Amino acid sequence: MKKFLDRVLGTALLPALSFVMAFFISGFVIALSDSKVLKLIHSPGKFITTALSTVGNAYLALFQGSIYDPNLARGKGFLQGLYPLSETIVTATPLILTGLAVALAFQSGLFNIGAQGQFIFGAISASYVGFHFIMNPILHVFLGLLAGVVAAALWAGFVGLLKARTGAHEVIVTIMMNYIAGFFILWILKTTAFLRPHRIDPIAPEVNISARLPHLAGANFRLHAGILISLLAAYFVWWLLNRTTIGFRFRAVGANAAAAKTAGISVGAVTISTMALCGALAGLGGAVHVLGSEYALTADIAGSFGFDAITVALLGRAKPLGTVFAALLFGALRTGGRTMQSNTTTPLDIVLVIQALIVLFIAAPALVRFVFRIKNLKTQDAMTSKGWNG
Amino acid sequence: MSLELIGITKRFGELVANDAIDLKVGDGEILAILGENGAGKSTLMNIVYGLLRPDSGEIKVDGKVVAITEPNDALASGIGMVHQHFMLIPVFTVLENIILGHEETSQFGKLNLTQAREKLLSLAANFGFEIDPDAIIEDLPVGVQQRVEILKALMYDAKVLILDEPTAVLTPQETDELIEVIKRLRTQGTSIIFISHKLREVKALADRITVIRRGKVVATADPSASQEELASLMVGRPVNLVPDKTSHEIGEKVLEVSGLTVSDPTGRALVSNISFDVRAGEILAVAGVQGNGQSELAQALLNLEDHVNGSIKLGTQEVVGLSVRHTLDAGIAYIPESRELDGLISSFSIADNLILDTHREKPYSRGILISDSAVESDAEVKVKEFDIRALSISDPASSLSGGNKQKVVLARELSRPLKLLVACQPTRGLDVGSIEFVHERILAERDAGRAVLLFSTELDEVLALADRIAVMYAGKILEIVDAQVTREKLGLLMAGISQ
Repeated sequence: MKKFLDRVLGTALLPALSFVMAFFISGFVIALSDSKVLKLIHSPGKFITTALSTVGNAYLALFQGSIYDPNLARGKGFLQGLYPLSETIVTATPLILTGLAVALAFQSGLFNIGAQGQFIFGAISASYVGFHFIMNPILHVFLGLLAGVVAAALWAGFVGLLKARTGAHEVIVTIMMNYIAGFFILWILKTTAFLRPHRIDPIAPEVNISARLPHLAGANFRLHAGILISLLAAYFVWWLLNRTTIGFRFRAVGANAAAAKTAGISVGAVTISTMALCGALAGLGGAVHVLGSEYALTADIAGSFGFDAITVALLGRAKPLGTVFAALLFGALRTGGRTMQSNTTTPLDIVLVIQALIVLFIAAPALVRFVFRIKNLKTQDAMTSKGWNG
Repeated sequence: MSLELIGITKRFGELVANDAIDLKVGDGEILAILGENGAGKSTLMNIVYGLLRPDSGEIKVDGKVVAITEPNDALASGIGMVHQHFMLIPVFTVLENIILGHEETSQFGKLNLTQAREKLLSLAANFGFEIDPDAIIEDLPVGVQQRVEILKALMYDAKVLILDEPTAVLTPQETDELIEVIKRLRTQGTSIIFISHKLREVKALADRITVIRRGKVVATADPSASQEELASLMVGRPVNLVPDKTSHEIGEKVLEVSGLTVSDPTGRALVSNISFDVRAGEILAVAGVQGNGQSELAQALLNLEDHVNGSIKLGTQEVVGLSVRHTLDAGIAYIPESRELDGLISSFSIADNLILDTHREKPYSRGILISDSAVESDAEVKVKEFDIRALSISDPASSLSGGNKQKVVLARELSRPLKLLVACQPTRGLDVGSIEFVHERILAERDAGRAVLLFSTELDEVLALADRIAVMYAGKILEIVDAQVTREKLGLLMAGISQ
């Protein structure tokens, strides 16, 4: 147990320190981008106090918007104050799944940029199954999710097949397939199968009640069973990688494809099955998003879930548990950012600054090591640099 | 010019790479520094050349203390170095490489090569080198590239020349030529420090031999000492340089290769129309200079090559076209040329590396579940059996020394039911102790009735182990000769001269 803790702390140290540094530096950005603060530049005493309070207010709003808001609790009890946390989790749920789709690929030495497209296919399929049929709720939810998983697994598995057969680089192919998926959803939303009766705007009918994921904390909260599915998926990925022969091969190919090949492991088979599984995970993300919180398919259903997934997986160091935490953090930043923007003078864009800084520090561990004077910071430089040369 | 090192000490953290080393090379003397990998030879020479700084100690040139903090200081003091891996730019000409770092320009920054060309040509003539100053480096044979390195050092008036493992990349003939060159340099008054772990060359060349072990000078030996004496000084215990080889019955054909051609993706044949066989209880060594198709032949046996024509029969089974996994399952053990690249996954634990090929099988897995306890107990057994020196079986393979890495590969490959062992450069870069171990293991496989195909560029190894020797040149087997062949004949064959 102690060993396990050491290991978790060891790998969590760099992300945690990057997080601290990102918030520290963003503090300066918040203060210095505020006109009120800048006007006081000639009176140092006031300048510093105003700057500190501006930054303090911004981060407080970020917290209130993402975890707990006492204003919401007032008169309605403590639990209602947790509404922001529910929102954070709802945002994080699909992000966990797309993050896993990228993280698992990293473990096999692949760089899956295609979570966005895979997510879109998952969402389209789940949406269709969801609004087209009415059936037993349990079966309906299951079939909806399954449709998303299968469609996206085929979509991504094709990338793996291309790479295994022709050597086409997965980075290029997945980027291109994202475009295809992006335009495909625009088109399909205009087909009669997906248009609402007597409407021409590109929005699909809401999925039937029987296909919706159940709420976990009553009707006041959007928190739905998707988070359980996400956590289960994270556990599954961990189990697959560390407990099974399939995961052993994935990791072997990811760590040294030449040695794996020499030992009789088929690199092509690993590439195809990894990509298919990654697609399944991202597709599940799309399905959960539609059946859990959105209900209706729109053209920008995927938002930036597939792209943020790359950051999330990097931040989580391509480990399932790390990815879960990273996704929760990103969910919190996104939902909190909105409150910050409306309650203070600090714009939502600061969240992007924070996210970018976190990634920057993770990608440049030498910087963190220098600032905190740490010698043996665990790094995985192979993860970010690999995948491009294979 | 004489060079003297006094009390040189260099630490890397806990490790003392050089521990109060004293040594001296006199005017026109050849000093050989003999030591195993990791004994601290290269560290010492990097200190002399200014690439590293010592923690304590001093360097004297002609009796005067000099401060050497970077290679330019060393050059200014008359110390030149030829590195094991050449520091040449492959696409530049000989002359361009030689003036690199000392460029003289005329008006408008135009390179002035005339003077350098004259100096180079007179220097080369002086040593009887044939060299074309305008030849592109990558077109030249390795031995000639090395001469360019030597000339480069001499161009800038090196009086002490350090040669770091200079023969590692040479054919036997080129080695002989290099030895002649070094002797000629000596008669012209250049002092030479010759670093090597090859006993034969050291004996042939040195005026004096300094033996380094674990960062300390342990002995100064005379070149008349026997190879066994030198080896035991180097290792610190008696060693058996020529493995005991008993003659015994040779059985039936195990491997039969006929008409095998391996091409690169453009269709150029790297191995062309090769036929040979290996019998049970026999070691067939494939000798040859690196890059004559040996690697491709070895890979083709494992079906690691894509463009293969011809037939490879293991017993009665045709192997060509099988997957790598099924080829291994057919009964081939494979020790790849590069343990770091192809043999091991350095970030994986020792235990995991031991099951890379067998992880699908019982008891290491049941269904798709890996059984950690079976993997671990198996690893414990193999670590003992193959004397793998590691703190723990869950340490990553990258933490092991070269010899222990090779033992992990051996332990894995020799634990399957086998018919044939394909060993590629199995002792490259290993220390004497590990070489002994690997040789014993290979002979043990032969004595147990397995067929062994040994790929090696080391003549000593080939002669010590082989029952028959096939010499490869330019993708073909030039001749298969008996193990009693002379070194001279082998050397000629390796250079492509068959009669």
